[in-house]
Amino acid sequence: MTEQATAIALDETGGKDDTRVINPIVPANGISGRALVVVIAIMAFLASLTIGLVTAISNAAESWAGDLGKELTIQVMPEEGRDIVADTLEAARIAQTVPGVLNARVLDDSALRGLLEPWLGADFDIDELPVPRLIVIGVDPENPPSVEAIQAALSDTVPAASIDDHKIWQERLHIMARTIVMAGIGIFALVLAATVLSIIFATRGAMAANRDIVQVLHLVGARERFIAWQFVRHFLFLGLKGGNAGGLLALFMFLTAGWFSNHLIATPAGAQIEAMFGNFGLGPDGYLAIVITVLLVAGLTAITAYISVVRIVRNMV
Amino acid sequence: MIRFENVGLRYGMGPEVLSDISFNIPAGSFQFLTGPSGAGKTTLLRLLFLALKPTRGLINIFGQDASDLSLGTLPAIRRRIGIVFQDFRLLDHLTTYENVALPLRVIGQSEPAYRKDVEELLQWVGLDHRMDAYPPVLSGGEKQRAAIARAVIAQPDLLLADEPTGNVDPTLARRLLRLFSELHRLGTTVVIATHDIALMDQYEHARRLVLNEGRLHVYD
Ligand SMILES: Nc1ncnc2c1ncn2[C@@H]1O[C@H](COP(=O)(O)OP(=O)(O)O)[C@@H](O)[C@H]1O
Ligand SMILES: [Mg+2]
Repeated sequence: MTEQATAIALDETGGKDDTRVINPIVPANGISGRALVVVIAIMAFLASLTIGLVTAISNAAESWAGDLGKELTIQVMPEEGRDIVADTLEAARIAQTVPGVLNARVLDDSALRGLLEPWLGADFDIDELPVPRLIVIGVDPENPPSVEAIQAALSDTVPAASIDDHKIWQERLHIMARTIVMAGIGIFALVLAATVLSIIFATRGAMAANRDIVQVLHLVGARERFIAWQFVRHFLFLGLKGGNAGGLLALFMFLTAGWFSNHLIATPAGAQIEAMFGNFGLGPDGYLAIVITVLLVAGLTAITAYISVVRIVRNMV
Repeated sequence: MIRFENVGLRYGMGPEVLSDISFNIPAGSFQFLTGPSGAGKTTLLRLLFLALKPTRGLINIFGQDASDLSLGTLPAIRRRIGIVFQDFRLLDHLTTYENVALPLRVIGQSEPAYRKDVEELLQWVGLDHRMDAYPPVLSGGEKQRAAIARAVIAQPDLLLADEPTGNVDPTLARRLLRLFSELHRLGTTVVIATHDIALMDQYEHARRLVLNEGRLHVYD
């Protein structure tokens, strides 16, 4: 070494202080470590997004089905020789007397028109067509009335009335919700598999850069447990760093989507989205799923690092 | 302290690099391991350090049969041996001070507990002014001394050094040899691999283990 270089080095280390900061045995950051954090963040984001969407959709589907369960519909068919308007009012009055029924609302002509317009166009005379009339019954969810009781009460006085408890729709919704959730879980499983594999490969790559450190530690008499702990701690930290970044980004996406859907509800498009997805809210189970995903990702990183260390140490002997 | 009996070693399917090696190293002795380049000095040191398993024969170190050692018992033996590698094996992201302190750190000593020992040793090998420098900016001789300091910091029973004067000038070589003889005086058993005849002549009462064509000859 030249005199000059020595002088520079002396300069650098001139002041001696009492609190010596010592470097961690595993360097805090390296290029491969940073690449690993990015990979983890991206995969945690994708996994969190998937699991969040799956829980949001399954919650929305459950709430559709639940909403349908809160209402019943009575349909009054037009029959020769009967006054459909009187029948409808009578049916509504009778329905209201059944325990568990909160209210009965007859859909008026304009509401019916609204329902039929898409099929029949704007100019038709509702009184001239044999259009059934509808009564929407609000049901006490705590104490729902039996469909049979209402039907029995109606059948004597208004034989043209029939009741629809939306069972078919509810069932279809349940099937649809289950299908969506199953598909979502399938996609989540694929994303998770990709996450696991990319994290394993990225961690191994980062570990390869640390191979020398493992060897030197072993050569100076470190126990396997000591060496492993240095790396597990370091990689757990990297995993949490990447996992948190990805998970937080996914949460932020959901919150933003929720905010937009809340603010768009005033518009027709917003109302449609609202009807489809509720308020885009990520329920408590969605948050929990994201937290678990992040922990899983961090744990996986640490475990892969552990296995790599053990492998390097055992190959040396 | 160390006993080799008919030890043979080959790398993979290659020819035997060492054959029928038998010798004893008594505790508290000082020996040079010498021979031409490629004779197997490094290989023999690696056997002594238990970094290699012999293809045949018996190695007994500190009263333990080397073939009985497992991953669990190896570190305890390693801690009784200090080794200076030909290529130093310093960690580039740690300072000289931290590299030297590493053997104490891995046995769980805290920084304040070992600070005085490490600083004293660095002063002794003339590296106190390079304490906070990282290996990439050290000269060959400075790295050499850092590697030696790391090998002796935990006061090993056995010190192995592979060509420790290989890349230093004669003056520094003499200083390093004084350092080894000082350690020897303090009770450490020393094995130095070298092909530097001039160096060996400076320490005449050392034993010489001479490797040639895979065979070992001992000159007391
Ligand atoms: N890892 C290895 N794999 C295969 N052959 C090796 C290996 N290390 C050393 N050798 C061979 O073993 C012989 C002895 O090498 P070495 O012990 O390094 O000799 P020295 O240190 O005396 O120069 C040489 O012929 C060398 O090529
Ligand atoms: Mg050699």
